[in-house]
Amino acid sequence: MSIHVDGVSKRFGDFVALDDVSVDLPTGQLTALLGPSGGGKSTLLRIIAGLETADTGTVTIEGREATHLPPQKRNVGFVFQHYAAFKHMSVAKNVAFGLEIRHRPKTEVKKRVAELLELVHLDQFAHRLPSQLSGGQRQRMALARALAVEPSVLLLDEPFGALDAKVRKELREWLRRLHDEVHVTSVFVTHDQEEALEVADEIVVINEGRVEQVGTPDQLYDAPATDFVMGFLGPVTRLGGAQVRPHDIEVSTDPGQPGAVPGRVVRLLRVGFEVRLWVETAPSEEPVSVTVTRAHQRQLALGEGSAVWLSPTSDATRVDAVV
Amino acid sequence: MARAQAPLTRDPAPVRWGLRVVAVVYVVLLVAWPTYLVFENALKPGLGAMLDGLRDPDVAHAIDLTVTITVYAVLINLAFGLTVSLLLVRYDFPGKRLLSALLDVPLSVSPVVVGLALVLVYNGQDGWFGPTLERLGYQVIFSTPGIVMATVFVALPLVIREIVPVLEEIGDEQEQAARSLGANGVQTFWRVTLPGIKWAVVYGVVLALARSIGEFGAVKIVSGNVVGQSQTATLVVEETYQNFQQQTSYAVSALLALVAMVSLVVVAVLRPKEHKS
Repeated sequence: MSIHVDGVSKRFGDFVALDDVSVDLPTGQLTALLGPSGGGKSTLLRIIAGLETADTGTVTIEGREATHLPPQKRNVGFVFQHYAAFKHMSVAKNVAFGLEIRHRPKTEVKKRVAELLELVHLDQFAHRLPSQLSGGQRQRMALARALAVEPSVLLLDEPFGALDAKVRKELREWLRRLHDEVHVTSVFVTHDQEEALEVADEIVVINEGRVEQVGTPDQLYDAPATDFVMGFLGPVTRLGGAQVRPHDIEVSTDPGQPGAVPGRVVRLLRVGFEVRLWVETAPSEEPVSVTVTRAHQRQLALGEGSAVWLSPTSDATRVDAVV
Repeated sequence: MARAQAPLTRDPAPVRWGLRVVAVVYVVLLVAWPTYLVFENALKPGLGAMLDGLRDPDVAHAIDLTVTITVYAVLINLAFGLTVSLLLVRYDFPGKRLLSALLDVPLSVSPVVVGLALVLVYNGQDGWFGPTLERLGYQVIFSTPGIVMATVFVALPLVIREIVPVLEEIGDEQEQAARSLGANGVQTFWRVTLPGIKWAVVYGVVLALARSIGEFGAVKIVSGNVVGQSQTATLVVEETYQNFQQQTSYAVSALLALVAMVSLVVVAVLRPKEHKS
């Protein structure tokens, strides 16, 4: 295990940011710390980096007890949401910073910086100042800067959070490819479940200072351990006392299946290739949300007021609601 | 209401011109014309005569003393100002707001009062701390250390008030990044923090320099104004003027004004260039 966090707690005044968190982050993988804002995931990352100290518990990096080491002795790379570029230094100087601190020979620094700038596609911007780069370019520079010192772990705190939607998507695909090339153990924090599902090898879901579940994207999506994980990773609705995904509900126009729940379509909304239905099953309950394909909706001639019978598909992901 | 919200350039021409004339007349009558007259009077007998006036042994000593005092005061305020600014912006501690408020006292209290206060504490006869120091061989009042203290005091907030807002604006993420890249505290300060606040420091130093050169009230009380010993350039101006040696008075005044103006102009010329690149 590359990073081993054991029993870490952290309070800020009365607020409990982390409550007895233990987690193992495997070597060479890209792990996502996923959870809502204020859930403690950034705090955990900053404790691993040494930018924050834990009240209790220990952090071990590559087998080395690191709980009380200052950040500069942990050999971790850290990428900040708002880039934290050294504004008065050129792009090349930014990337060279860690190497110059370590007094590496000039020729080696020059060579390594050139390699890294090529890796992040910024070779033609070496002499620009960070203020002359776009947000995406600045974040790639920050990544090259963190990778320059050959860290044992690369930590990224909401690395794409400050970028617009299109650049964010490009950059996360690029990060995945980069990781497949460089293979450095990486941990990134995100509150975007799509980002985590798309990029990460493994996801740690953190909520209210606790680890909810750890697993691969498939495990988490198909077998969520808790209500919260299920709800956080994708849309959910409630059918017959259980949490189900809206696209895991079978709709029929006759009471064929035993145990199917009868209802009436109260609202219908078409979004591109899918159609969202709201089905009222009992007057006192929230309507059940169902997603079907456009073709399916046409075939069944579904409209507002149609009588339908709902049942979860046989392979549906479901969590029985704790009432 | 709508009137007030419109951009200034939309104001009718008479208003625009009226405002400009008021501003220009105000500055000319209050600042430019009087300063110009000092230079004109100083140079009336010719540049050579003016320089001769400055070479008078007592005057030269006073100018020397002012330079010495200013160098010490600016260095002390620079070191202290950087430390206190970092303390105020980067750390939390009880009494922080009180400290911040106290730092502005020198701006609001009259320098004469500052001088008097220092005399009460450090004088060699019945001062609170002075006799002890004097027994140890340090004379503060009527001597250079006292003048430096008075000058440091009056120029105290200038460096801090320039640096603090800039430190707040740049935040501490760059410093955290430097730490994560392997830099220790000292390396982080020299390579990241200081370059980030460079121009605020330069500007603060120039303001402190101008203030230190020009300090009069506090210095007059603390120094005892002994000709050829503890008399500074500003004190020479007053004394020569009252002793009907106006020519010397004008010459020293012109020199003091020139130094302050040149430093402000140099910084004003340098600073915008840095921002463009």
